[in-house]
Amino acid sequence: MERGVFFQLIVTFGTISLMAIGGANAVVPEIHRQVVDILGWMDAPTFARLFAIAQTAPGPNIMLGSIIGWHVAGTAGLLVATTALLLPSCLLALASSRGLQRFGGSRVVRIVTLALVPIALGLMLASGVVAMLAADAGLVGYAITVATALVTYRSKVNPLVPMAAGTLVYVLAWSVGIA
Amino acid sequence: MSSLDTASEAPRPSLPDLFTGFLKIGLMGFGGVGPVARHIIVAERNWLDDRGYAELMGICQALPGANTVNAAVMLGDRFRGGVGALTCVFALMAMPLLCLVGLANAYDAVSSHPLAQVALTGAAASAAGLILGTAVRLLTRAGLARWAWVMAAAAFVAVGLLRLPMLPTLLVLVPLGLIAATLGARRV
Repeated sequence: MERGVFFQLIVTFGTISLMAIGGANAVVPEIHRQVVDILGWMDAPTFARLFAIAQTAPGPNIMLGSIIGWHVAGTAGLLVATTALLLPSCLLALASSRGLQRFGGSRVVRIVTLALVPIALGLMLASGVVAMLAADAGLVGYAITVATALVTYRSKVNPLVPMAAGTLVYVLAWSVGIA
Repeated sequence: MSSLDTASEAPRPSLPDLFTGFLKIGLMGFGGVGPVARHIIVAERNWLDDRGYAELMGICQALPGANTVNAAVMLGDRFRGGVGALTCVFALMAMPLLCLVGLANAYDAVSSHPLAQVALTGAAASAAGLILGTAVRLLTRAGLARWAWVMAAAAFVAVGLLRLPMLPTLLVLVPLGLIAATLGARRV
């Protein structure tokens, strides 16, 4: 059973590694589909909470995979999931870097970027929607999501500030019984 | 790619230099590592100039994976080969992963408490808003062509609303995007 979990972590996150165009914020829906809908490792609210914790930690945003690995198989799971998420894309980056230095190819880079940026941004928007629905926080939750989105859109404030504010508002709303 | 070699004037950073630089990037990047990475790589350590950094980020954007992780691989490899790449990625991830383990254990300790569940549900709702706001900001400022808006909308609808699996979605959208980008680039 344990070995099966590790194998599954490697397969799932190793594949997602190469699909993460624009970083992990593009693959939240796919991670959700895999770990909640297909593998049944957790329910949607738990997924949303792990997602929130990963957003709170410093560092690259691929750590959503790390904390899911931790949730299903502890520290070993965290290391396996993180490695599976990093290794394929890092090897591709290494090969691309060396290839570009040897052969040039800034035109290819430009065309690939032109092609991928709009897809990555559409996927990021999808990630936001899937995360919002997974949080399952009711009307107050939707209001907090929209307010945080507006603040993020309009200002360059550190993301931890609106996150702390949203959390506080939700706890207050819960304590007076409207959430 | 010549501007990527600008650092040749400066001494090539050593493995300990790379390690401490990326350790700092990982540790300071609360709420997004992008700005911190730029500050340390360009201003503090002088590993690349502005143009070199922009070029590096351009390549990172064309690759899957987090931009900063890809930048760590490419800079590490350029200065110190495969060992350098490994050093940079390890340094970048070490402190964030330790923090994450700390947060995860704290979550475990309080997760049976209803207030902790409520607080994290609120945090999750906000975190979703962070991603939505960032996506909208980038979408409105990316100066996308009309075909690119169609691609973004198709990706959003397929994965976000229809909840289609991502691999087949990408296998359709990425080739279409490449064709459109090639035709668009030819016209300019």
